[in-house]
Amino acid sequence: MTTLQHAPAARRRTRRWLTHLALIAGTLIMVYPLLWMVGGSFKDESDIFSQLNPFPSSLDPRSYIAGWTATDPTFTRFYINSMLIAVLAVAGNVIACTLTAYAFARLEFRGKKVFFAIMLGSIMLPAHALLIPQYVLFFHLGWVNTYLPLVVPKFLATDAFFIFLMVQFIRTIPRTLDEAAMIDGCGKVRIFSRIILPLTGPVLITTMIFTFIWTYNDFFSQLIYLSYPSSETVPVALRRFVDATGNSSYGQLLAMSVLSLVPTFIVFLLAQRRIVEGIATTGLKG
Amino acid sequence: MSTSTEISAPAGREPTAEVPPPAARPRPGRRTDRVAYLFLLPWFTGLLLLTAAPLLGSLYLSFTKFNLLQSPRWNGFGNYVKMFTDDPRYLQSLKVTFIYVALTVPLQLGFALAVAVMLNRPMRGMALYRSIYYIPSLLGGSVAIAVIWGQLFDDDGVLNAFLAFFGVGGRSWISNPDTALYTLVLLNIWQFGSPMVIFLAGLKQIPQELYDAASVDGANAWRRFWSVTVPLLTPIIFFNVVLQIIQAFQALTPAYVVSGGSGGPSDSTLFYTLYLYQQGFANLNMGYASAMAWVLLLIIAIFTLINFGLARRWVYYEDR
Repeated sequence: MTTLQHAPAARRRTRRWLTHLALIAGTLIMVYPLLWMVGGSFKDESDIFSQLNPFPSSLDPRSYIAGWTATDPTFTRFYINSMLIAVLAVAGNVIACTLTAYAFARLEFRGKKVFFAIMLGSIMLPAHALLIPQYVLFFHLGWVNTYLPLVVPKFLATDAFFIFLMVQFIRTIPRTLDEAAMIDGCGKVRIFSRIILPLTGPVLITTMIFTFIWTYNDFFSQLIYLSYPSSETVPVALRRFVDATGNSSYGQLLAMSVLSLVPTFIVFLLAQRRIVEGIATTGLKG
Repeated sequence: MSTSTEISAPAGREPTAEVPPPAARPRPGRRTDRVAYLFLLPWFTGLLLLTAAPLLGSLYLSFTKFNLLQSPRWNGFGNYVKMFTDDPRYLQSLKVTFIYVALTVPLQLGFALAVAVMLNRPMRGMALYRSIYYIPSLLGGSVAIAVIWGQLFDDDGVLNAFLAFFGVGGRSWISNPDTALYTLVLLNIWQFGSPMVIFLAGLKQIPQELYDAASVDGANAWRRFWSVTVPLLTPIIFFNVVLQIIQAFQALTPAYVVSGGSGGPSDSTLFYTLYLYQQGFANLNMGYASAMAWVLLLIIAIFTLINFGLARRWVYYEDR
């Protein structure tokens, strides 16, 4: 540290302790709702609301077992649905956005500047302005109550944000690599598949992480397009679970809420650094 | 990637050597890679069918009456006129949304900046604090958290148990129309983690020398914050303000879950997008919902333009 040290050592130490104290107090407030939810899912029904202490007296998994099978179909189905949609969406975004990004970053074509501007503009466009005609289109295609409306758009690179992210990344790859490959007789397609694609690893992973989290949590689209119980996803099923259980089984509701957060949380634990970096450098919403 | 989060080298420091312009690459005239269109095919298709056509389509539908099953009937400006003259629930949804945006954006960003400044020093456990403060932002948009929020602020919820501890009689904060919206504002403030992470990245770019120089000139911590940190951080503050306003106008999930889709009690959490959903998908007034979508689009566009217009007055770029 190169800070000029005016304050005497003792005062600085006090200030450091105060900072820690404030941050720990903040931590407790931030985490309490989550702890309360996890703790409550292990408590007896009667203890959930009467106790402020979030920690349960024992780890009783009853609510989890009862909650998982309380619906017809069970949560197994909802998790399969959610994972299927999320994995397909990830595949779609990765494939379609890399193809588009390569063209914008490395190829020359007519109207490139205009199209690039349109692409950037479409990032800012609120989804609600497109919602109804898209629904009408999918309705006439007979796609409502299938996963197609949630997945096909990803294969058509509608998440323009990731295109932008990848264009920025590909621009940092030295062009000398392309030129060397060209001298060796590679065409544009092979330069893409052999040179550029293998080097986009970091930005591909960022794309995969955020596509997974956003798709998994995309309550609104799933609510609109999936209305058969057997096609429902975890968030939609959880929402319906609130109505179905009414005031009777809060333990089960909390248990299923906890489980619904597990996929996002696992991704966070595995990719914490990349998520934080992704947000810090690009303003991705977390 | 460094569009708006990069702060250039401090002013007043002469560059040691002129940076030579990048070597001119031999450019083979105006060539066109035919294969580009192949690479762009998916995006073009999506742009045409899922963005451009729907955007114009919703503009057209906004001038019609349309219930999905019969073909649209021309209605002129009827939907727009009705919105502002004959639909108290629409005006209510506007009011709710504006209150929500006006409260959450400054409060959330204020918290984000304050905590970021506290975390921006070499300190044990900093990475752990950052993760903990960030987590609500990652999980907060989910249905599960909205469900929990409803429970915490209900009449037998945790907040009231806490208040009872101090002998304060509670009530249901969720089912009271005077307070329901504020519980959702609180929920959004609780998710200050992602702007905080962006602020932290910006704070790390501010050169230590500037703080040292300010200290030599006798500036205390408070003064250093306002005279060094804030001016150099304005591009990032601006970026966060633009982004958060756009997002806050479109908030939906928490209100939907907490109110069971109704926007209640007494329409006190009837967010704009929630009412749009009710009109479009519950009542099948898809022409009306399209008109609502276009007004939202215009509102967001106007706010964003105002933001960019005002930016010239307060956002400070060192290289200008």
